[in-house]
Amino acid sequence: MPGNDAYQHDVLVIGGGGAGLRAAIAAAEESGRLSIAVLSKVYPMRSHTVSAEGGTAAVMRENDSLDTHAKDTIFGSDFLADQDVVEAFVKEAPGQVIQLEHWGCPWSRDPDGRVSVRPFGGMTVNRTLYAADKTGFHMLHALFQTSLKYDSIVRYDEWFATSLLVEDGRVCGVAAVNVHDGTVSAITAKAIIICTGGGGRVFPFTTNAAIKTGDGMALAYRAGAPLKDMEFVQYHPTGLPGTGILITEASRGEGGHLKNKDGYRYLQDYGLGPATDKPVHRKMELGPRDILSRCHMQEYQKGRTFEGPYGHYVHLDLRHLGEKLIDKNLPFVRELAKNYVGIDPVYEPIPVRPVVHYMMGGVSTDITAKTPLEGLYAAGEAACVSINGANRLGSNSLTELLVFGARAGQSAARHALERPAVKSNPVAQLVSDERKRLDTRFLRADGRERIADIREELQKAMEEGCGIYRERATMEATCKTLRELRGRFARIGLSDREAVFNTELIAALELDSMLDVAEAVANSALLREESRGSHTRTDFPKRDDARFLKHTLAYRTPDGPRIDYLPVTITRWPPEERKY
Amino acid sequence: MTEETITLEVTRYRPGHDREPRTESFSVPYRKDWVVLDALNHIKDRVDGSLTYRWSCRMGVCGSCGMMVNGVPKLTCSAFLRDYHPGPIRVEPLANFPVIRDLVVALDDFMEKLRRVKPWLIRETERPVSEGEYRQTPAQLDAYKQFSMCINCMLCYAACPVYGLEPAFLGPAAIALAYRYNLDSRDEGYRVREPIVSDSVGVWECTFVGECSVVCPKGVDPAAAIQRSKVAGAKDWALSVLMPWGGRK
Repeated sequence: MPGNDAYQHDVLVIGGGGAGLRAAIAAAEESGRLSIAVLSKVYPMRSHTVSAEGGTAAVMRENDSLDTHAKDTIFGSDFLADQDVVEAFVKEAPGQVIQLEHWGCPWSRDPDGRVSVRPFGGMTVNRTLYAADKTGFHMLHALFQTSLKYDSIVRYDEWFATSLLVEDGRVCGVAAVNVHDGTVSAITAKAIIICTGGGGRVFPFTTNAAIKTGDGMALAYRAGAPLKDMEFVQYHPTGLPGTGILITEASRGEGGHLKNKDGYRYLQDYGLGPATDKPVHRKMELGPRDILSRCHMQEYQKGRTFEGPYGHYVHLDLRHLGEKLIDKNLPFVRELAKNYVGIDPVYEPIPVRPVVHYMMGGVSTDITAKTPLEGLYAAGEAACVSINGANRLGSNSLTELLVFGARAGQSAARHALERPAVKSNPVAQLVSDERKRLDTRFLRADGRERIADIREELQKAMEEGCGIYRERATMEATCKTLRELRGRFARIGLSDREAVFNTELIAALELDSMLDVAEAVANSALLREESRGSHTRTDFPKRDDARFLKHTLAYRTPDGPRIDYLPVTITRWPPEERKY
Repeated sequence: MTEETITLEVTRYRPGHDREPRTESFSVPYRKDWVVLDALNHIKDRVDGSLTYRWSCRMGVCGSCGMMVNGVPKLTCSAFLRDYHPGPIRVEPLANFPVIRDLVVALDDFMEKLRRVKPWLIRETERPVSEGEYRQTPAQLDAYKQFSMCINCMLCYAACPVYGLEPAFLGPAAIALAYRYNLDSRDEGYRVREPIVSDSVGVWECTFVGECSVVCPKGVDPAAAIQRSKVAGAKDWALSVLMPWGGRK
């Protein structure tokens, strides 16, 4: 692989989704003297933020308060969120969503022209702003289009970062492949922000786009940064069978009902009742995602779910909402159901089942979005800051990428303003080593292992060991399988040796990331001997604050993850039983 | 029982090896709930790892997987095999774009045009965030909403005969986005965008074939945006002739 000279910037953002673009704009606004780069393996408007549907939580109305939003979030997190971080989050949320309004986001409106708010799972009042049911799409495009007005932001579209360059313990750049011509270059920066989103693709059945392979988490992990709380993987209760396409929680916020094969609203049997016709905050279909996903599995075990070609499912019934409301507030749900399962929700219930949706864990950061590695920052789903703890509330993640994207951009910009330029000699050596590694490991390797085989076995192992219900024996088996797959990955062979747009090379690099992320998830899960939020152990069914009111930290070693712990910050909400 | 199959005739092109694109046939399992993208993924995972194309969300919103399917621009994640049964299905890169490799086309031209139309809110004075949101009624939102639904999938450029002949033409999606901001009650940038949209390779090139609106997978009507921009542009031109000191709308 030939190489290019080092490109130099002050701040480099890896990932061009919501968090990355918000960070880039914040850095540009912090100082006009800074050169800011956004590197992404896809064009920014293709980023997975685009698929978010339901909305963005912020305190907007007189009947709401910051403390209520904080309490809901902490309660939803099963008390694993850091409460100082949650307090900062809810305080900055309203300003961030208004800022986005000022940047053109087409929020849905009340008749008086104010932005509308809708109910969402686990929230006590209506506080979820939305743009019909394409909130993420509109936020992403508003951020991307707004970013175009800043001359100080340059982009590396369709570049893939293969490693962080670290010199004297300080992160000073990345080595990256330009997918268009296959060259490997160094891009140096005084501060780097990881905003690459989650890694839901380590599971076989997920709402996540193909690109969600945890690349940024793996980059940081390999450079020595810990991944925090990786065992917490959110199943969304309503995905389409087969494809895993998301049917937004907003469909329940608008009043949709979940029914088993007898047409019965089964959630009332699990302490979420009473089953009222109109939606009631935090009850029934507006319960939190972890609990609703477990209820589904229990219905299945009782034989009360439907059986289809893609496994068990229940019905999400929107018929009583009527065509007018569905078309106004849930048009995308109608489009998706019609296209992908041939069901028009105006006339028929939608088949749905729980599906892997979100990673609460990620690169460990402090409240300023800084990681333990000097010069490295992270925000959005790629990071764990942590506001989501053991279970994220729906509509907090889009807000999170705004609040902490902005914080990361500011922190990185301030850091860059204080630091001297990166020295180029050591960087040249580092990137030359990286070129050799990619050449030997992938482009000239003639191993017999296939990417698709290892990827499928990894996904199967993750579903078996790290699904909705977990227990020691299967998790141990999963950890063992993942180690073996890591060994087999060393013997991978590519059929594509081209320099130009080699998507097979990218798929191999993504699989490398997935192996790291999956091992961090499975090993973190194995050692957490309690049930909290999304992490449900059949062998340890109770929450255990005495032993596990703490964050997990996974550090990468050649022999697999080394697990450590970090205290949870409690400010004003002492842990109590989580009951809805 | 042998599984039913369907044939995909896929355009292949490797720069530096192929003088021009060629067609390669692949037989894939025929499944009624598969889309063309599923078939391509099957080929890549099981038959030929070098097949090159873009994809991501597989739910019709990221805009990555646009290709020509039997000669029509489509999102391959929403193009079902059953609609092309019994085949064969011809899969080619989007028309009117330079091909980088196989089914991947270069987007540099659109990315530059997108930026050129200044697709962001332009205000004479920015309101401080502390003063809250700009009020916008549902009717004001509806005025521009459909033009904000563009996912930049490029199907409209692949369908546009004018763009095919005159690559400098701004094209349907870029003009629709300029129009989206011009129509937004919060925006004051019409005067800045108007000369860009109305210049010789802006709206005036369009001959109203309307194919852009037909192929749009998101129900955007770029043809309407172009037509209405022309009317507005013509009015401005007439005013500037009648009132040389500068017509105010």
